[in-house]
Amino acid sequence: MVKIKVGTATCGNAAGAQKTLEKLETLIQGQSDISLSQTGCIGLCYREPIIELEINGTKFLYGDVDETNAEKIYKTHIKDNKPITELLINQSNQHYSFEKQNRIVLKNAGVINPEIIEEYIAVGGYEGLKKALQITKEEVIATVKDSGLRGRGGAGFSTGMKWEFAKNSVNDKKYVICNADEGDPGAFMDRSVLEGDPHSVIEGMMICGYAIGANEGYIYCRAEYPLAIARLKNAIAQAEKKGIVGKNIFGSTFCFDIHIKEGAGAFVCGEETALMGSIEGKRGMPRLRPPFPAVSGLWAKPTNINNVETLASVGWILSNGACAYNKIGTEKSKGTKVFALAGKIKNGGLVEVEMGIPLKEVIFGIGGGIKNDKKFKAVQMGGPSGGCIPASLIDTPVDYESITATGAIVGSGGMVVLDEDSCMVDVARYFVNFTQTESCGKCTFCRIGTKRMLEILTRITEGKGVEEDIDSLIDLANKVKDSSLCGLGQTAPNPILTTIKYFKDEYIAHIRDKKCPAGVCKELITFNITDACIGCTACKKACPTKAISGEVKKLHVIDQSLCVKCGACYNTCKFKAITK
Amino acid sequence: MHYINPITIAKQCTCQNQTDIEKFEKLGEILSMYKDEPGSLINSLYVAQTIFGYLPDKVIKFVASRLNEPVIKVFGVATFYSYFSRFPRGKYTIKVCLGTACYVRGGKTLLEKVKKELGISIGETTPDGLYTLEIVRCVGACALAPVVVVNNDTHRRVKSNQIPEILQSYISEVSNEN
Repeated sequence: MVKIKVGTATCGNAAGAQKTLEKLETLIQGQSDISLSQTGCIGLCYREPIIELEINGTKFLYGDVDETNAEKIYKTHIKDNKPITELLINQSNQHYSFEKQNRIVLKNAGVINPEIIEEYIAVGGYEGLKKALQITKEEVIATVKDSGLRGRGGAGFSTGMKWEFAKNSVNDKKYVICNADEGDPGAFMDRSVLEGDPHSVIEGMMICGYAIGANEGYIYCRAEYPLAIARLKNAIAQAEKKGIVGKNIFGSTFCFDIHIKEGAGAFVCGEETALMGSIEGKRGMPRLRPPFPAVSGLWAKPTNINNVETLASVGWILSNGACAYNKIGTEKSKGTKVFALAGKIKNGGLVEVEMGIPLKEVIFGIGGGIKNDKKFKAVQMGGPSGGCIPASLIDTPVDYESITATGAIVGSGGMVVLDEDSCMVDVARYFVNFTQTESCGKCTFCRIGTKRMLEILTRITEGKGVEEDIDSLIDLANKVKDSSLCGLGQTAPNPILTTIKYFKDEYIAHIRDKKCPAGVCKELITFNITDACIGCTACKKACPTKAISGEVKKLHVIDQSLCVKCGACYNTCKFKAITK
Repeated sequence: MHYINPITIAKQCTCQNQTDIEKFEKLGEILSMYKDEPGSLINSLYVAQTIFGYLPDKVIKFVASRLNEPVIKVFGVATFYSYFSRFPRGKYTIKVCLGTACYVRGGKTLLEKVKKELGISIGETTPDGLYTLEIVRCVGACALAPVVVVNNDTHRRVKSNQIPEILQSYISEVSNEN
């Protein structure tokens, strides 16, 4: 018996998994001993498209399976029983990569077919909900509290306490909202969970609904995730058909309905009060808290909002008990956290690790280190709200308190790795540009403060910075932090403050020496051809402005007045003869 | 809950070939389902944009009157969210990802290349109505960075010299249709 699973999450599809799937479909047509199915993202995004081959119980994980390789695997491995080692995801490497992980939230991603509810049930799905319905609401909340689970959306507030507040609000109508507006660039774990294991989120929402006394839930998902939305819709429809979502669930008196609301492209809608405004059909602008959503939330009713990863952990906690979860992690940060590894890293993808693991283990152990073996410079954590942790702090344990102490935040779990070719001033400018564009404009400090900070940073990257700029930035940053209305503004200065804290010399190099040490800021770099030039003319051909002259086999020169600093020559030269 | 999803209906319609009167008829028909549903404004605008391709004044006014909402509120929502466009869009929307991972892996260079190839800036549409250029902040395919999304196709690990080829593949698609 041969089973083939193709990973068809967004990353897989972007790499061509649909074509692989079609190819395999044609190949195995009419053969009853070979089954083919789809699954979510296994997390090894850098090797997509990935397929898992199971032959008489032995599993083989293949990477880079395009149509050609799919045919090769079919002919050589399935038919002739000869595994193709060069395509196999290195067994020892794979062990190394998974050994350090503990998969709770991602346990089913890449394992089950997310479009078939029976597969979720077969691996123990909805057991947590069943268990919850057999105990009292208070006991459910106590279990979640005891587990130590904290909100995975960024703030890290105790989930059990949040539920308790919502439960204690007296009202005949309450709501549960799943925040699936994963807007932080560089974070894609929620997408992966929604695409690979949508039922785990539904189960979490229902347990929450039962505990706080709500009978209606909304999943607010960003429109940029069409596949996640489709899988969720399908999952809800299947759960309704099975009587798991709807009336009198598992023979109890508990009833629960779930709706999906698609976002329309606004980063600020990840903030809970803005998100609720958006569900109500308004502009998604945050409002002052209190009142907190637990008292007055969606349509002024008590509401509990949790993020995807938080809700996806709840079913496991109810099934396995608070103790099982509580014993994982550090004293204050319990359980596991999913991180999205991206940027200049070898093995980009999703990893789920126990809280407290050193940063080094994640980046160099699981992530395999830096691409092209360049020098590790910093890791950006927590997206636009987070900060950059420098190489010197690589031993920092990954938990809420330790990461916050560095000036960054765990946040939603994006880890963008930066190497020696990344300019820290440019990175700060990038994030402030992001928050400035996404600021809703309601409060002055965020609206104008981010604008002024962006102007200063832009000026510095263009070589027009002045000595006082660093102090002005710090001053403005602290004011924006203290005076903004919502989390977007309050955290927007973090990328600036951390880069100034750890990479002040780079700022100074830009301002005083008019140099960009990483060679990123265009206005501050000059391309030159050195004696290493053999006169191959490749750069001359690549130059779009005809700024390079020289004869064959003779040293070439760049006319600086014509050079637009596009870097085409630098990227083309095979002899490292061009410097910047 | 088993309700017909109006967005699905809108997606099924062959709107491009219809006259304005037919489009308004279709929109009115769908909006009548939304009339008493609280919080349906964003969905209504989704439908309107799917039918008309963008949200000109006349469409905003029409939605406002049908939903019994002030025009200013509808206008406010339509201009708040980046998904909604006040101007006609091209047949192909090219979204260059400038999420962090794509940015540090050269997204900015790709954007410059697309701008140069098409001769348009962000938010603009080519005179022939084929391409609209947009930037997007992360599509969640960070491990395949940098990515460029054209309508529903995600192109991964794009290098700037591949841009002409990618754009060309859609032009060929159009000429094949004709």
